[in-house]
Amino acid sequence: MELEVKDAGKALAEQLPSLTPNAAAVEADRCLFCYDAPCTHACPTHINIPRFIKKIATGNLRGSAATIFASNLLGATCARVCPVQELCEGACVLGSDHKPIAIGRLQRFAMDYAREHNSYPAVTATPSGKSIAVIGAGPAGLSCSGELAMMGHAVTIFEKSKMPGGLSTYGIIALREPIEVALEETRMVEGMGVKIKTGVEIGKDISPATLQNEFDAVVLSVGLARTPGLGIAGEEAVVDGLEFIEASKVAAAKLSVGRNVIVIGAGNTAVDCATIAKRLGAELVTMVYRRTDREMSCYEHEYDFARKEGIDFRFLSQPSRVVLKDGLPVGLECLRVELGAPDASGRPAPAPVEGSEFVLAADQIIKAVGQNKLTLAALLGLETRKGFITVDANFRTNVAGVYAIGDCIRSSGVASTVMAVEDGKLAAAAIHQQIVQRAAPVEVN
Amino acid sequence: MADLRINFAGIKSPNPFWLASAPPTNSGAQIHRAFEAGWGGAVWKTIGAPVLNVSNRYGAWHHGRQRMLAINNVELISDRPLEVNLREIVEIKRAWPDRAVIVSAMVESKPEAWKDIVRRIEDTGADGIELNYGCPHGMSERGMGAAVGQVPEYCEQITRWVMDVATVPVIVKLTPNVTNIVLPARAAVAAGASGISLINTINSICGVDLDTLELTPSIGGKGGHGGYAGPAVKPIALNMLASLGTDEIVSKSGIPISGMGGIATWADAAQFLLLGASSLQVCTTVMHYGYRVIEDLCDGLSNWMDEKGFKTIADVTGRSLNRVSEFKNFDLSFRAVARIDADKCIKCNLCYIACNDTAHQCIDLVSHEGAIVEPQSYDVRSNGKHDAVETRPRPVVREEDCVGCRLCYNVCPVDNCIQMVELPSGRSAVTWGELSQQQTQVTEDWEAMEAYREKVGIHIH
Repeated sequence: MELEVKDAGKALAEQLPSLTPNAAAVEADRCLFCYDAPCTHACPTHINIPRFIKKIATGNLRGSAATIFASNLLGATCARVCPVQELCEGACVLGSDHKPIAIGRLQRFAMDYAREHNSYPAVTATPSGKSIAVIGAGPAGLSCSGELAMMGHAVTIFEKSKMPGGLSTYGIIALREPIEVALEETRMVEGMGVKIKTGVEIGKDISPATLQNEFDAVVLSVGLARTPGLGIAGEEAVVDGLEFIEASKVAAAKLSVGRNVIVIGAGNTAVDCATIAKRLGAELVTMVYRRTDREMSCYEHEYDFARKEGIDFRFLSQPSRVVLKDGLPVGLECLRVELGAPDASGRPAPAPVEGSEFVLAADQIIKAVGQNKLTLAALLGLETRKGFITVDANFRTNVAGVYAIGDCIRSSGVASTVMAVEDGKLAAAAIHQQIVQRAAPVEVN
Repeated sequence: MADLRINFAGIKSPNPFWLASAPPTNSGAQIHRAFEAGWGGAVWKTIGAPVLNVSNRYGAWHHGRQRMLAINNVELISDRPLEVNLREIVEIKRAWPDRAVIVSAMVESKPEAWKDIVRRIEDTGADGIELNYGCPHGMSERGMGAAVGQVPEYCEQITRWVMDVATVPVIVKLTPNVTNIVLPARAAVAAGASGISLINTINSICGVDLDTLELTPSIGGKGGHGGYAGPAVKPIALNMLASLGTDEIVSKSGIPISGMGGIATWADAAQFLLLGASSLQVCTTVMHYGYRVIEDLCDGLSNWMDEKGFKTIADVTGRSLNRVSEFKNFDLSFRAVARIDADKCIKCNLCYIACNDTAHQCIDLVSHEGAIVEPQSYDVRSNGKHDAVETRPRPVVREEDCVGCRLCYNVCPVDNCIQMVELPSGRSAVTWGELSQQQTQVTEDWEAMEAYREKVGIHIH
């Protein structure tokens, strides 16, 4: 039986409150203002963190926000979703015998100021006469577009979904980033002169050839697709994790949540799904994973968070069948797993034990086991590797004038918002250099 | 347990801590509470000439989120009727016979006025009188306070008027707003004062409001210099205290000194004692936190004295005065270099940038492989805590180039991470004073100086 969601807004409200001005100032004063600071190195976008924090301490909030935007246009999202324990805060010199500076929350404080005072980067460059199409209005695309706009280029973003923002809008649970923050960030980028056309799908509403003909460069920041199939019987009754999260953001009140929920997978998205189910009233939420907590791909702090939320874990269990009654799930049949020698991922290969079937009761089953790749690469004739678009150091694909950034090229390492933002920034610099060079050839000795 | 009792020019108190003449000693009711809290004495807020006060009298200097590192004020002497003050002094002294009750006074610079106020104070049974020659605002415009303290002849004259009639100990309170604090102190000695107290507050403007462009605090749109006090003035007070303790005339006179100016903790108090104070006065920290701070002032001082084997306050008084000297007497051959403890270093690299930008460029950033590297030399695509922490270079002092300036030591946020280590310089001890006497040429002529350096092996980088 499914629950009626009561006051989803409250249950999924942003988890951490804003710092008060006093709390922000006290925390900012605690920053040592390290020289060539490790937090700045650890940040993939290399925000000058001591500088923006010092500006909070001196009461120069406009300057603080500008410092962040100079390195990262999506500072508001990154302040909320970055795994700071692994990045800036993890590198803070105060971490060893004290407590690292709350860099993420201070950044959010400066970004909140920017939003409340409309203190956004202004475009002052002379128009270059060049136009660039960006496909996908997620973090990578928005970052790249904003940076290109700052350099004077005319940028149009084509976005398949109804709303821009990509995973910030649809995929980050509201607990961490309310949808309004993501949408405001897209409005900021529009304010910089970038056109965002939503509801436009490449290959359906507009052809790749048209794009290549009409624009001086095309940037693909298309992300990844839905969750892959599990290949088990009864799969049609399993909910896609990304769709579950999306629904929690755009229509939480209408979201169906079971009483006894199983989430298949052990990545950050799986934790997110489990968290939402729990917050929206599920009595029991169990994450089912075929390996153990040592191999989980979610961040350690996410695992800790999930345990604090009261989520159960069932390790060494390989789903084999969804048990249905009248077409509705009543349980998940699994096989016990033993771990073998390391596989291609370097983690021990799970080996299901034959005949070890057992059934876990559940009235809702959600899968969050990674994302499929999009088919757009094939449409454009792009080279791929394991389904990810192949690019060179300057984000160029094998097709001239076509670039790719963000999750769709992230074949190794952790895909994250901040990495996507940095891709966008670096790609914009590379594109600028190339199209400006093409326009005005530099004399070569 | 250390014995904290003092006998200051005949004024006895159970501990050396007196509330300075200021708002905390404005009334009998307040001083009653202060004595309940444990204060050894109180110098009554100055009584004397009639005054009127203004609003927004206190400004403050905050740094970071640390409030009131100093306070500044344009409050005048007591604006309560003289009779009321005198009556309350009687009551307090009667209720607290074991505490020191000293009354600060300031009247017009006329012998009769001073003689009258001295007699009236003595009638209260107070233990002593403090002559306020320090108030830097308002009263000085009327020829009182600092207007007296800044002219040694006036100090001496008025003190003589007072000493002619006084039967209780008289303390002369000095203003720091002078070029040489020794001169008014000598004047007090010459006039036969029983004790000296210093420092009064320092002329100051606390700031300007960046919205209204008015001074802070603004008194109906205007502001002016006020008296500055609190932790931020301590080093100035210590210097003035030490210069009295090392002045031949003042120190030989044996006149006791009551030290004040930024005492906020027992450790501050101990430093004032070591540089020659035998009683201590406190104000700003009390205005910040209330009378209760007396508990740790006494407790901390007593524990420190026990630890050091000092039995009485007199044992501590002046113990560091023999360390006070002048540049010309410093050993030019004394050599210290900074050494960074790699295990304690958190690699904030503040020492590196301070040394490199503003001192003597003798700290290198050294990579894990032992190579000297430039700051920000990581690749733009490198990120994450492991990259940042594991590849972070650490600061290392090139000892042969270190001049021992001690800036890095002061900047380092980690206790005992950087130490100034004494190393043999290989040169025999010599002071500038000796050099200028024995090898005058060296101290007057650059060529001779360079030849001297070459000879003794002093290399400037």
